[in-house]
Amino acid sequence: MNMMTPNASLVFGDDGTATPYQVYTDQEIYEREQERIYRGKTWSFLALEAELPKEHDFKSTFIGDTPVVVTRTPGGYHAWVNRCIHKGAAVCREHRGNARKFQCVYHQWLYAPNGDLKGVPFQKGAGQTKGMPEDFDKKEHSLPKLRVETYKGLIFATFDHGMESLEEYLGPQMRPYIDRIMCKPTTYLGCLRQYAKSNWKLYFENVKDGYHASLLHLFHNTFNILRVSMSVRSITDERQGMHSVIMTVKDNDDDDGSDYKKNNVASFDENVRLKDPEILRMRQEYDELSTNHIQGIFPSLVLQQIHNTLVCRQILPKGPGEFELIFHFFGYEDDDEELREMRLTQANLVGPAGYVSMEDTEATELVQTAIEPDAKEKSMLLMGQNDPLHGQSLTSEHILRSFWKGYQKIMEL
Amino acid sequence: MFDTDLSAKQRARLALEDFFADYVACLDEDRLEEWPGFFTEDATYSLFPRENYDSGFPIALFSCTNNRQLQDRITSHRKANIFPFHWNRHIISSLRITALENDKVETTSNYAIFQTRQDGESKLFQVGQARDEIVATSDGLKFKSRTIIYDTSRVQTLFVTPI
Repeated sequence: MNMMTPNASLVFGDDGTATPYQVYTDQEIYEREQERIYRGKTWSFLALEAELPKEHDFKSTFIGDTPVVVTRTPGGYHAWVNRCIHKGAAVCREHRGNARKFQCVYHQWLYAPNGDLKGVPFQKGAGQTKGMPEDFDKKEHSLPKLRVETYKGLIFATFDHGMESLEEYLGPQMRPYIDRIMCKPTTYLGCLRQYAKSNWKLYFENVKDGYHASLLHLFHNTFNILRVSMSVRSITDERQGMHSVIMTVKDNDDDDGSDYKKNNVASFDENVRLKDPEILRMRQEYDELSTNHIQGIFPSLVLQQIHNTLVCRQILPKGPGEFELIFHFFGYEDDDEELREMRLTQANLVGPAGYVSMEDTEATELVQTAIEPDAKEKSMLLMGQNDPLHGQSLTSEHILRSFWKGYQKIMEL
Repeated sequence: MFDTDLSAKQRARLALEDFFADYVACLDEDRLEEWPGFFTEDATYSLFPRENYDSGFPIALFSCTNNRQLQDRITSHRKANIFPFHWNRHIISSLRITALENDKVETTSNYAIFQTRQDGESKLFQVGQARDEIVATSDGLKFKSRTIIYDTSRVQTLFVTPI
């Protein structure tokens, strides 16, 4: 594939402090991202293992904008590009299912769940007619295969067969936080899909942006819900600086674990209270009490624990100005009935209609709409630049700066 | 001439048509504070994407298990949430009465919601099916449960205004 020359007019601020808006709008940059990032040296999230609980289960999804199918076989997980090697038709047409073979409907080329080519109709011809050339050997052909690895119940794949292991890619700073949530066998609760007319990176930045949390999402302030004192952790991985975690942690556990106290603090409107506070009832599930654990694993996953909601948010770019966001909700196999109900009730907090999350795509669309006519302009990401305590600050933008430095590197811009 | 000797089911249908027209007017005229009044105190209201509903996955886009939660949704809509300014227009059709008792009916109906945002373009926002349980109370008809299964699994931008 042609690798275009990086656009000379793209000028980033020093140390990740300014991003030219063109990176959100330009088709060439988008295509370069598909090449360098999604089909390049990264691991992308495909599914929770809990989505494929049985042998021969499969799921059809995307890495970047490339259609990919992940399958579970007795020999492990496999992933391949969902495009018949004959004429390029999509082989698998269902979102999910269970299948021992995959047959393209166009000319019935047949594939095994690991992507190997198993059948070509009329390969040897019929009657007097010749079929495929005599030296055509099915064993030499397969659907384009990806390398698949799992980490604690999460399935990832990469197009780069020489890539470092998934474990190394996640790195020692991120793994303990994944371990915290993916601490035992999970069960899949379903997904919600959201579509935003904005660039995918605006969303990936949004989950690295603690600054907006209490300013855009007004639910807690409006209902006079006071949070007990929490400290903040806001860190990146040291490998590329592209992964991050933002976590609010309760320092001591001197109360019952319910994060909220009835408060007497004056607010804009003293009378606004939730009539049914059940949605805020939280059960402490981990040693460390945290209400929000938002972890971005570059480029396609956001692992999230908000109260008792557990979600893998999958980011799927659909062109420079659009992306799909899929919230995959899960629980644990050993959840009791009450905890399962709490997860379902609290699902109202997150997702496309979530009390504390719905605003995100409105914000990313407001950005996209306003920058498109003037893509030469730049953002300004200076918050906390000189703050030595940025790793403990929600308002510092150091994780965003780290992301943009890593982005320039991987994109060679 | 029309047959004026209506069956119980036909009388129920007439009452339901008024009820749904009032319900839709409340929402489309942005009288959201009145919306919980269309539900009983113990009413349930939930919206499932078809893909979850058909697969038996329990996650809903938006769910309330009592009337107070409906009221909280509206308070949040008015005071907390930020979303594109929009107007919804409901089209409800194919109302079927699937069960009929003295003071309770079960219905299914199709709906389409067209949404118009500030740029003045109207777009199809969502289509799906509603499965409702409606009871006759001293205060008129009320939803006892409203389960909406939406086909438009990709929620455009976000979902905030009830349907």
